[in-house]
Amino acid sequence: MTANQPPVVLEIKNLTKKFAVDGGRVLTACDNISLKAYAGQTLGIIGESGCGKSTLVRTVLQIHPATSGEVIFEGQDILKLRGEAARQNRRKIQMVFQDPAAAFNPKMKVKEIVTEPLLNFGLIKKSEVDARAAELLQMVELPVEFMDRYPHNMSGGQRQRLGIARALSLEPKIVVCDEATSALDVSVQEKICELLVRLQKEKGITYLFICHDIGLVDLMCHQVAVMYLGNVVEYIGGGRRISTEGMHPYTKVLLKAVFKVDFKPGERIEPLESEVPSPLDLPQGCPFASRCEFCTDICRQQKPQLKEVAHGHLVACHLVK
Amino acid sequence: MLLEVKDLNISYGDKLTVSGVDLELNTGEIMSIVGESGSGKTTVIRAIMGCLPGRGHVSGGSIIFEGRDMLKNTPKEWRQLCGREMSMIFQDSGNMINPIRRIGEQFVNYIRTHAPEKTKAKAVEMAKDMLNKVRLPNPESIMQSYPFELSGGMRQRVGIAMAMVFRPKLLLADEPTSALDVTTQAQIIRQIVDIRNEFGVAVILVTHNLGVASYVSNKLVVMKNGRVVESGKREVISDPQDAYTKELLAAVPVVGEVKYYDR
Repeated sequence: MTANQPPVVLEIKNLTKKFAVDGGRVLTACDNISLKAYAGQTLGIIGESGCGKSTLVRTVLQIHPATSGEVIFEGQDILKLRGEAARQNRRKIQMVFQDPAAAFNPKMKVKEIVTEPLLNFGLIKKSEVDARAAELLQMVELPVEFMDRYPHNMSGGQRQRLGIARALSLEPKIVVCDEATSALDVSVQEKICELLVRLQKEKGITYLFICHDIGLVDLMCHQVAVMYLGNVVEYIGGGRRISTEGMHPYTKVLLKAVFKVDFKPGERIEPLESEVPSPLDLPQGCPFASRCEFCTDICRQQKPQLKEVAHGHLVACHLVK
Repeated sequence: MLLEVKDLNISYGDKLTVSGVDLELNTGEIMSIVGESGSGKTTVIRAIMGCLPGRGHVSGGSIIFEGRDMLKNTPKEWRQLCGREMSMIFQDSGNMINPIRRIGEQFVNYIRTHAPEKTKAKAVEMAKDMLNKVRLPNPESIMQSYPFELSGGMRQRVGIAMAMVFRPKLLLADEPTSALDVTTQAQIIRQIVDIRNEFGVAVILVTHNLGVASYVSNKLVVMKNGRVVESGKREVISDPQDAYTKELLAAVPVVGEVKYYDR
């Protein structure tokens, strides 16, 4: 730990999530995942579709039960909470969705949307709705007059601000952003990211930032976990950057697949030509073995474990020493 | 000159949505149209293909394709042109194919609709050959698959195969990689470049990904609010002149830049 490392707020310990599939087969969406998120910082989770990143946060949010493992938050395993205790805990972990248009009830006005969580938890009275809605809208830099609008009268960026306002209305400790900026244009995306960072600095929120854009994750996150087929294959923290110090062959593939705006003439992009294998009945070796250009015999037989290669930097690869 | 669009105006009902668009494209060139949602980039390529939805119509200007004035086409002429001379691929090719029919059946139907003189056996052969050309492994089993059995990247390759089966001179691609992962996006973009190199087709690529546009394009067009704000060759990205282009470029997250929380 560096001297200025903030305290851990959320610790995911050996979390596994398996789904039963037709024919008695098992789909392992998350395989023995351990991660830590620190107060006031952003933990990025990156990977291709189907790698289990959304399943991971959905399990943490108790949208579906875990197969095994623990999620430690404020000194207790929140996966074991039931009833009212679980309900109260949800106040502290909130979510911002990819498509804010689908996340709101289209028949509710903006002020009803942002204050609904507060009313549900009995934190404000109905008479206070207008005043609180105005505060929340100002916080996310939306005009207060939007209060009486409906979400379909707003642009994508404005709706995403509304989604953030609603998530923050309960003053959560942790906010999960599941591809929260992926559906937006680049210029809007940049403004939303600036807003998220400003709110993080003001309120000390921890973000779990799920994204498939490695460029954005590199800019937004303090720590980054790279997931592949339900496994964390690389975890970079301790002030190191994925863009320069990413070591896992898969991380390097992701970095090489980025289309930069400043391509030099003649510079080539080198995509992997193969497809992600099925997460059903995973092979026993390294999950990336079938697509890795450096694959050796040991990779097919033995699954590599995360090893610390530098302070706060873990890689699961037999070839990284 | 393969395609020449001059001073194009497009309206939906009485509302002018795109105005004063000029484009020039030669055989074998790739042109990207970039801009934010609502800037009119899709509307422009739909007008070129003659498939503006609803009350959309060209309200001014001209579209000349291979010396023909496209605005004078009769519906019958459009049918002969689309698919054979020009074709289109979409954001998710899964949406353009029928989910409850096998790929092969639809591909064969597509071929025989555009070329009724082809026998079924000949159409099957053409389809397999084309699936091979877009690097889909095992075309036989692809032909027997339902769309949901294929990944997004594979479906997009099927879309490209269908669009290219008659060797059209112009391929219009509407956000073909926006729904895909980065690695799959890179595969599909490479596939489009390969197709261009092999068949000499001209491509208009509509995208909001400036990196993709910068990588593949011979020509670039930047649109905003239904107007072209800047167009030209690669210098549009390397040395942008318009304030809006600069703003767009600055907003692209670049791997290795200063982190947001340190700004």
